Amino acid sequence: MKINKRGIAGTLESSDVMVVINPHDSQEIKLIVQSKVEKQFGSSIRKTVKDTLTKCGVLSAVVDVRDQGALDCVIRARVEAAVYRASDEKTVKFGDLS
Amino acid sequence: MAYNKKAAEDYAAKNNIPAFKGVFANSPQLEDITTKQKRKLKPSLEDVIKSSGLKNGGTISFHHAFREGDKVVLQVVKKLAEMGFKDLTIAPSSLLNCHDGLLEFIKSGVIAKIFTSGLRGELGEAISKGIMNTPVQIHSHGGRVHLIQTGEISIDVAFLGVASSDEFGNANGSHGELSCGSLGYAKVDAAYARYVAVLTQDIVEFPNYPASLSQDQVDAVVQVDEVGDPSLISVGAARLTKNPRDLLLARIAASVIENSGYFKAGFSLQTGSGGAATATTIFLGEKMIEKNIKASFALGGVTGSIVDLLKKGMIEAIADVQSFDVDAAQSLRDNPAHTEISANEYANPSSKGAYVDRIDTVLLSALEVDTDFNVNVLTGSDGVLRGASGGHCDVAAAANLTVIVTPLLRARMPCIVDCVNTVVTPGKTVDVVVTDHGIAVNPNNVDLKKRLVDARLPVTTIEELQKKAILLAGKPDPIQYTDKVVAVVRYRDGSVMDIVRQVAS
Repeated sequence: MKINKRGIAGTLESSDVMVVINPHDSQEIKLIVQSKVEKQFGSSIRKTVKDTLTKCGVLSAVVDVRDQGALDCVIRARVEAAVYRASDEKTVKFGDLS
Repeated sequence: MAYNKKAAEDYAAKNNIPAFKGVFANSPQLEDITTKQKRKLKPSLEDVIKSSGLKNGGTISFHHAFREGDKVVLQVVKKLAEMGFKDLTIAPSSLLNCHDGLLEFIKSGVIAKIFTSGLRGELGEAISKGIMNTPVQIHSHGGRVHLIQTGEISIDVAFLGVASSDEFGNANGSHGELSCGSLGYAKVDAAYARYVAVLTQDIVEFPNYPASLSQDQVDAVVQVDEVGDPSLISVGAARLTKNPRDLLLARIAASVIENSGYFKAGFSLQTGSGGAATATTIFLGEKMIEKNIKASFALGGVTGSIVDLLKKGMIEAIADVQSFDVDAAQSLRDNPAHTEISANEYANPSSKGAYVDRIDTVLLSALEVDTDFNVNVLTGSDGVLRGASGGHCDVAAAANLTVIVTPLLRARMPCIVDCVNTVVTPGKTVDVVVTDHGIAVNPNNVDLKKRLVDARLPVTTIEELQKKAILLAGKPDPIQYTDKVVAVVRYRDGSVMDIVRQVAS
């Protein structure tokens, strides 16, 4: 999916994650992660976000992740929603991206 | 035989007893009729400090009955810094978020060593990062009294904020505009400190009753602008929850107590602070009323929900070492069945009788519990100091039934783990752990497990809970520490239970 505009999903509530996706001027994913469980889950969060972006077919984007201790399933859902909102894709296939 | 001064003096000299040297020889404070009654009143905090004889390297103490509203600790330490004091040991009964300002005085060398029950906020973080050369000694509320009695904590000057005092030092926390309720911790300092100073906004007519701190223990009284803000007492640990998960935990915990075998006429209880604990008190109270089961006494850490049960006649008496909210403070003032007790009476293992020894059921919270039932209430899942030992290990050790309540996960962090970061309360003293995903009974307590299973409560094992936590959250990477010890956890008998290391940056 092509990122055309800003897409936001999630909140800053405890156990949630806020994902902000913006278009990027180069063909790469620029990923910024801030998490209150960085020490324990930092690498796991990065992997989950990247894997989800790959499944969505996103090749170019600036992705800002503010994590408040969200479970993996929540992170995946928030990333997917942000991607849809940032793209012109009209047909939503939540949870069926594989 | 007629009075013979010479014979008395000879006898005294011969037997090495002091001879009479005049009525005021050893009580000069009585000599001047114009000053004798007001002799303890000092014009300023600085005068108190000067007359206390405090020296560099000395030990000062405080109590934490005003909790997050405390204005005494920083006020005094600031003044000591202005006066040029260095290398002091501070021994407050606990420290809270409102004491972050101490950091500056640790950096500048005014404070060199700390004894406390708790560490939180920026102060806890900085100490976890290794800002102090000497490790902080973490004690329980009962253990603090033990350390004072054995002389390890040797208090030179106690600065005790009170709600009201007369000019002779009869003081309490319950009467006066700035009521903090019980002075249970301060009573110990007043009894053991070499010099006792009472700080108050409200100097009242002599005699001020009740005298929680009594004139025979107090050296100095000073009026200050601020001792505390009572409206901030119940901010922090003791609050009533609307969180549905806490309410769920509370309902299960109340059922566990109801079916534990200890829920019968005349039982005694303590329910600590924290959202789920306060709610459990309310749900347990409903069951007490429904089945007409009255408790002989409640202990604590007293909250409004316990006071409510006293008013309804479902609890015969309250023993109060610390009042967690305004309702508790007012009840202590107005209700003769609500009694103030010292931390020595509350929980000291080397006192001749502590109230905790007579507790049937206690409900406590936790940051982490491990598969050996060890409980951490001190360090967060990131290894940083952010909690307090409190009375946790004291009551757990003495109570017949110790119930720990914790969610399985806090955000993404598992609270049931393989091995806790820090042991405060040993697993041997824990009977049952209640989570939102099931109940685990300590295998030592076979009868209890049977009772809870028979009551159709969701009983599982601690290992299953731990596995479930990992299944939901994933396995966290272990926290990295350096070799530097930043805090030492002392068990209630003074022994070293665990050490806390510096968190690697």
